[in-house]
Amino acid sequence: MRLVLFCLSLLLVACAQQPPRDDGLYRALGEEPGIVRIVEGMLLDSARDPRIARHFLNIDIERLRAKLIEQLCFESGGPCVYTGDSMEESHKGLRLTPSDFNALVEHLQDAMNAEGVPTPAQNRLLARLAPMRGQVIDR
Amino acid sequence: MRFVYLLGLFFCSELLAGEGRLLATGGATSLEGAAGGGIMPWAVLAGYGERGEWGADVFATRVETGDYRLDVAGVAAAYGNRIELSYARQRFDLGTLARDLNLPDNSLSMDTLGLKVRLAGDLIYDRLPQISLGLQHKRQRDFLVPSLVGAQRREDTEGYLAASRLILGGAFGYNLLLNANLRYSRANELGLLGFGGDRRDRHSWLKEGSVAVLLDRHWAVGIEYREKPDNLSFAGESDWADLFVGYFPNKNLALVLAYARLGEIATLDNQDGVYLSVQGSF
Ligand code: HEM
Repeated sequence: MRLVLFCLSLLLVACAQQPPRDDGLYRALGEEPGIVRIVEGMLLDSARDPRIARHFLNIDIERLRAKLIEQLCFESGGPCVYTGDSMEESHKGLRLTPSDFNALVEHLQDAMNAEGVPTPAQNRLLARLAPMRGQVIDR
Repeated sequence: MRFVYLLGLFFCSELLAGEGRLLATGGATSLEGAAGGGIMPWAVLAGYGERGEWGADVFATRVETGDYRLDVAGVAAAYGNRIELSYARQRFDLGTLARDLNLPDNSLSMDTLGLKVRLAGDLIYDRLPQISLGLQHKRQRDFLVPSLVGAQRREDTEGYLAASRLILGGAFGYNLLLNANLRYSRANELGLLGFGGDRRDRHSWLKEGSVAVLLDRHWAVGIEYREKPDNLSFAGESDWADLFVGYFPNKNLALVLAYARLGEIATLDNQDGVYLSVQGSF
């Protein structure tokens, strides 16, 4: 059982490195307009959340918004290229904790709920972002 | 006095409690007081605390099989998503059996102290699944009936190794939760009938497993299976299984409703019943 578990998780990690083959997730997120609203909703909620608001005070929020839209578009199989910095680079000095990471996940989920994105599509996006956690926290 | 401690625990946890983990990842509380499913612990720790944060649970559970009733209540606290301490009191109402056999006690009570430590991995993010090691020390408070049916000891310690993994989108797009435990125990019916028996007085390696699907952030459905030892000659002891629905409206409340198949317990067969559990988290 544990071996099966282990193999499954290895497989999951391996799959997550390649860009998706189809744009089904991109369409489920509502394409460009949907992704824009999801990113904006997530950022607004994050800036209001006392747990993590401090991280969003003195930054170029316009740039963050634009790069996040690119990234979610790319990760969901949409017609975009991500032109931002690496995840390690962009979170350097923020010292994000595991709790910070989950707080952002919750705001992303709320934003996707607000857009009516079905649960399986939400999980597909989360599964693509989850492997980046190691590059984002504790920097 | 005990109440003052409980109150203290409650307020401390209110002050320091974290909500750093995602909804439902604290699980519910198992019959033995450890965070988990219903009839088995999982590798997850009580409450929602992540690194540097506290988490705590209080819970009450009732299992009603028609012939028997089991009531459990307890508390658990965890720090840093690393270490969990739990205490639970089990009260087993012998109902039919006590009446039919004119037993000297009509209920059996037990205390369980639990310790669980996360050794490695993470439920969701790490390469490794979350792996925890647990210890449970149990003490039967009404040992007369268990001793009359062949139980060898009143208290005992058992250990388990648990692995849990949440696979994002793993069940046709829905999140899949897998749990597997290996337990080393000689408890008869959790310890409600004492520890060790006339037939076998050594610990056994016992497997436990469960699979759950999270329909969204608030609802989980799943199954559990738990092997049990068979140490007493007066009656068989069956493996346990259940089918459950868990509801997690927020990080302070969880409700679990299950249909449990408990098989033969102390000579009475076909003990199927309803399991209901309420948990508050802080
Ligand atoms: C997998 C999860 C995450 C992804 C995919 C992600 C993505 C990004 C992207 C694309 C950028 C912009 C990079 C650039 O400017 O070139 C960025 C910057 C930033 N992220 Fe994240 N991020 C994640 C997690 C987090 C978390 C958990 C927080 C805080 C709670 C956070 C806070 C920030 C902040 C404050 C910046 C701006 C830094 C600056 O401009 O100095 N991120 N992130």
